Amino acid sequence: MSRDREGTPGSWEVFLRPRRGLAHQHVGSVRAGDPDTALLRARDLYTRRGEPLSLWVVRSDDVYAAAPDERDPYFANAEHKPYRYPHQFAPLTVGGSDGDRDH
Amino acid sequence: MTAPQDLLDRFEALIAAGEAVEPRDWMPDGYRRMMVRQIAQHAHSEIIGMQPEGAWLTRAPSLHRKSVLLAKVQDEAGHGLYLYAAAETLGVDRADLLDALHQGRQRASATFNHPALTWADTGAIAWLTDGAAVLNQAPLSRASYGPYARAMRRVCQEEAFHVRQGYDLMRALCTGTPEQKAMAQDAVNRWWLPAVALMFGPPDTDAAGDGTRAAALGASVSKRAMAWGIKQHTNDELRQRFVDICVPQAERLGLTLPDPAIRWNAERGHYDFTPVDWDVYRRALGDDTHWARQRLAHRRAAHEDGAWVREAAAAYAARTQTASERGERS
Repeated sequence: MSRDREGTPGSWEVFLRPRRGLAHQHVGSVRAGDPDTALLRARDLYTRRGEPLSLWVVRSDDVYAAAPDERDPYFANAEHKPYRYPHQFAPLTVGGSDGDRDH
Repeated sequence: MTAPQDLLDRFEALIAAGEAVEPRDWMPDGYRRMMVRQIAQHAHSEIIGMQPEGAWLTRAPSLHRKSVLLAKVQDEAGHGLYLYAAAETLGVDRADLLDALHQGRQRASATFNHPALTWADTGAIAWLTDGAAVLNQAPLSRASYGPYARAMRRVCQEEAFHVRQGYDLMRALCTGTPEQKAMAQDAVNRWWLPAVALMFGPPDTDAAGDGTRAAALGASVSKRAMAWGIKQHTNDELRQRFVDICVPQAERLGLTLPDPAIRWNAERGHYDFTPVDWDVYRRALGDDTHWARQRLAHRRAAHEDGAWVREAAAAYAARTQTASERGERS
């Protein structure tokens, strides 16, 4: 019997919204042949405790990604542009640095 | 393309800074091999570890204890799956890892090659071997490989329940009839050595080493794993911590840990115990391979008996895919 039938089915990345007010977070992966089964397996594996609100499953092959190691210039806009950060500018209050942050 | 030395420098800088190594980062082959080996061995131990306790599910003494044990054994299956998922981020396939387990090319922890003879064994296993696992896994949740560390964090959160319910089960037996208490003591006599010796791995420091090549090898593997940020403590350090935690817990239950050398050492601030040298370690492995064969045979049978489920799921997936393609065309 071929690996396709006897081996493991496709991989799905699992995203869980663990509670209200939080975005979905990547928690791991499951194997399943179809989306409904993937959801069932993700539920059994990642939501045995707590009060999870929502689950997403996405075929692992469908995740289109960029990683800094592979495309160095790709994320270059995050570095060497200090003017994107509030603390590069004159503080709003005399003493503290508290007021010059965004939050 | 970056030169290999640059890649190695960047990898070592990450480790030195205590940053996580993530799946798509470059990593030395030795690191990848060590991670795959460790995660796979860990995953195999989780699923083989379901067997000694799983055998008691239908014989639990009350509905409450049965529900608890079901939840616990289900968690172990889940831990295996978290770990197989983490291993797959290193470019291996879980089907191949399971093949390797089934064919004896990779192993599970030898701890579970001991039989659970009575109901009390389920309590002793959870209290002692899961208690030992927590001590190993808490530092592993800061291991340098990101997906492994994250899986360990999930595992640790659940492991606390395992230990507590095991201790609670033992406490119930120890406050019960004399026969029940004797059953608890008997189970502790069986599970103490596997927990203290096998769960922490072979001796890897001079204190417990016996100067043999095996001891030197154990120490060098531990050193490598520590240099790569996979381990934070030696096996022997964690073993000492385990003894220090268990002795007062056993005293509260009125049980005796089966090691006459256990006594408080005020000078060291630790309990002394019989050092786990290679002789003790080999003794803990057991010379009876019957249960090792049994565990593997059971695992293989479960896999083969489940083949029809995997085939049915594949057929269902193929059919729904065809149907949705037809739907799109029409």
